[in-house]
Amino acid sequence: MSVEANLAATAAKAPAANASKVKMSGNGVNVFYGEKQALFDVDLNIYENQVISLIGPSGCGKSTFLRCLNRMNDTIDVCKVTGKIVLDEDDIYDKNIDVVELRARVGMVFQKPNPFPKSIYENVAYGPRIHGMTRTKDELDDLVTSSLRRAGLWEEVKDRLDQPGTGLSGGQQQRLCIARAIATQPEVLLMDEPCSALDPIATAIIEELIDELRANFTIVIVTHSMQQAARVSQKTAFFHLGKLIEEGPTDQIFTNPINKKTQDYITGRIG
Amino acid sequence: MQGWFFVIILVLTACALFYIGRSRAVATVGGDPTVLHSKPGFHGAFVMICGMVPAVLLFFTWLLFSRYLTSAYVTAQLGADFANLATIEQNALIRNMRSFADRTDLSALSQLEAEAVEHYRAFVGRAALILQIVIGVLVVAGGWFAMRAIHQELRARQFVEKTVMSVLIAASGVAILTTLGIVLSLIFESVNFFQKVNFLDFLFGTHWSPQSAFEGVGEEATDRNSEVFGAIPVFAGTLLITAIAILVAAPIGLMSAIYLSDYASPKVRATAKPIMEILAGIPTVVYGFFAALTVAPFFRNTGEAIGISVSSESALAAGLVMGIMIIPFVSSLSDDVINSVPQSLRDGSAGLGATKSETIRRVILPAALPGIVSALMLAISRAIGETMIVVMAAGLSANMTVNPLEAVTTVTVQIVTLLVGDQEFDSAKTLAAFALGLVLFCVTLLLNVIALRVIKKYREQYD
Ligand SMILES: Nc1ncnc2c1ncn2[C@@H]1O[C@H](COP(=O)(O)OP(=O)(O)OP(=O)(O)O)[C@@H](O)[C@H]1O
Ligand SMILES: [Mg+2]
Repeated sequence: MSVEANLAATAAKAPAANASKVKMSGNGVNVFYGEKQALFDVDLNIYENQVISLIGPSGCGKSTFLRCLNRMNDTIDVCKVTGKIVLDEDDIYDKNIDVVELRARVGMVFQKPNPFPKSIYENVAYGPRIHGMTRTKDELDDLVTSSLRRAGLWEEVKDRLDQPGTGLSGGQQQRLCIARAIATQPEVLLMDEPCSALDPIATAIIEELIDELRANFTIVIVTHSMQQAARVSQKTAFFHLGKLIEEGPTDQIFTNPINKKTQDYITGRIG
Repeated sequence: MQGWFFVIILVLTACALFYIGRSRAVATVGGDPTVLHSKPGFHGAFVMICGMVPAVLLFFTWLLFSRYLTSAYVTAQLGADFANLATIEQNALIRNMRSFADRTDLSALSQLEAEAVEHYRAFVGRAALILQIVIGVLVVAGGWFAMRAIHQELRARQFVEKTVMSVLIAASGVAILTTLGIVLSLIFESVNFFQKVNFLDFLFGTHWSPQSAFEGVGEEATDRNSEVFGAIPVFAGTLLITAIAILVAAPIGLMSAIYLSDYASPKVRATAKPIMEILAGIPTVVYGFFAALTVAPFFRNTGEAIGISVSSESALAAGLVMGIMIIPFVSSLSDDVINSVPQSLRDGSAGLGATKSETIRRVILPAALPGIVSALMLAISRAIGETMIVVMAAGLSANMTVNPLEAVTTVTVQIVTLLVGDQEFDSAKTLAAFALGLVLFCVTLLLNVIALRVIKKYREQYD
């Protein structure tokens, strides 16, 4: 499928894209790994109930930016973040913010599937359990079931919920991780190349899922596939060498980029 | 001197064979080594192996059997004079013969012994000569055949690889055979013991005082000895002290491992870990007097102050110090396992909003469990086998008690006390040491098997 054809499809599905409110925003975000600066002065708005794709060549800082949004960079000792990132009015780097609560609100799906060495059920129930989200076993069961359903995994695993999640195939594991993330009912879902290890069929399932999830969540997705960005996202941001070069509605970025670098990248001249 | 000379000759011959093989290989293809199937070095190694291995094997076989062969020869030469002696005298004669073989002054020996020495010297001299000749022939013949075999397509590389494999197999064989030998000798001596003392009486008897063993034979001895060789108090002591040690070491070791791997900054970790490992390097005898001179009196005084009687040698003191001794085993190994749990699992948990301690409790520890269990098992084996601390701090009296404030004794300590001093090697008392050793061995073996099972069951859950 060509990029243009996809764009047409996406545009048709996302009518009121511009009307929604800002869910998260970064203002002058700089990130340093020790001496080395990985992000330079990034300003980016993320709108509620939309999908935004972060694209750009390898090493340009997409994952770094994504990890700033739920402070996963805190786990890296040498990493230092300056600037301001806001979630619904709250500065998430404020001293008073509870990182644990932030991460419950801003969930993350990692590039490489990382199910816990527990049963499929326990994997999904993990978040709800630690946050005490359900009162009874039945409620938890329902939550697990509905999360697996929404991740498109239910049919495949409903008979073996007690078997280890690590025993699933790579694509199933990735969907399990998505189910695990949405079971916590975050407001924003960050996905770092969720399809990089998947075959086209599993990719299609996940893309469909992302489109559905948009109704309830705000989604930030990092991808190396231009087609994927065009298919699933309403907004696209292009990063290059740690700088945000250009951002805007996906169809505009792909059909009518303002910056020369963006154009070169989407037409395959740099990367 | 002669030994060194022999070694030097051996090394020189090996080098020479290697060099010859190498040059020969190059020569057969007219100086262009690239057309050889195997590189010239492999041909060199091929010739060296063919020349040296049979000779060296022969030499070691000779070493293995020479003792037996010499005494057999001398015995045969002495004939009836020797055969008429009592067993003990025969043994003494052979011993003297060997120790006087290198001396010139034989005046301290009896007529018969001197005669034996003469025979011995003659035999050894002749044998050495024959051995040298045979080895020489083997080297030359092996080398020559190998040389003849060299041609362009010779699979010298495969041959060398196979030889390397055989050497590796032999090396692991040595370890296995040694274990087997030790176990067999344990079993053998234990069987002797169980002929004197009933197996069940030993295993389930509740009274242990081997010093009062009765050295008679037959029914009467068996009856009497069944009352003094009851091993339960001894094993109970081992169990008690090991339990105390693990109760000390497991939580402390595990918690420090968690701190080191997940909380400590790299700098703290880099200094703290080696310091903890120093604990493992302290000789156990030092722990022993620490336990006996510092910890035990401390417990006794504290006990006195609050009106509890604590004996001056107590299971508690020994167990506590032993626990401290095995902390590094638990912490260092657990730290390694915890560290090997992939970072992606930690990230996954943190990304769902779990705190650090929730992540550790719910994800890291379950994932690291097999490794932690095996670390604990190793520590337990260490504690069970530990002797010095217990000798010094827990006492020698075989009390049947679960009160950690009393003196107890352990299996290892009893083995030591049974075997020190001049003992006849076939009395029930000394043989009891082997029986204790055998049971101890079975217990640790069982522990290891369980540990392996646990590891196998839970392994490969994360990748
Ligand atoms: N833990 C780290 N320590 C030091 N430098 C890092 C670390 N993680 C990332 N970097 C550096 O930061 C820069 C941006 O990395 P980042 O992972 O954000 O790239 P990316 O755009 O996600 O690339 P990719 O598409 O290959 O995943 C790179 O130059 C990388 O070397
Ligand atoms: Mg990345």
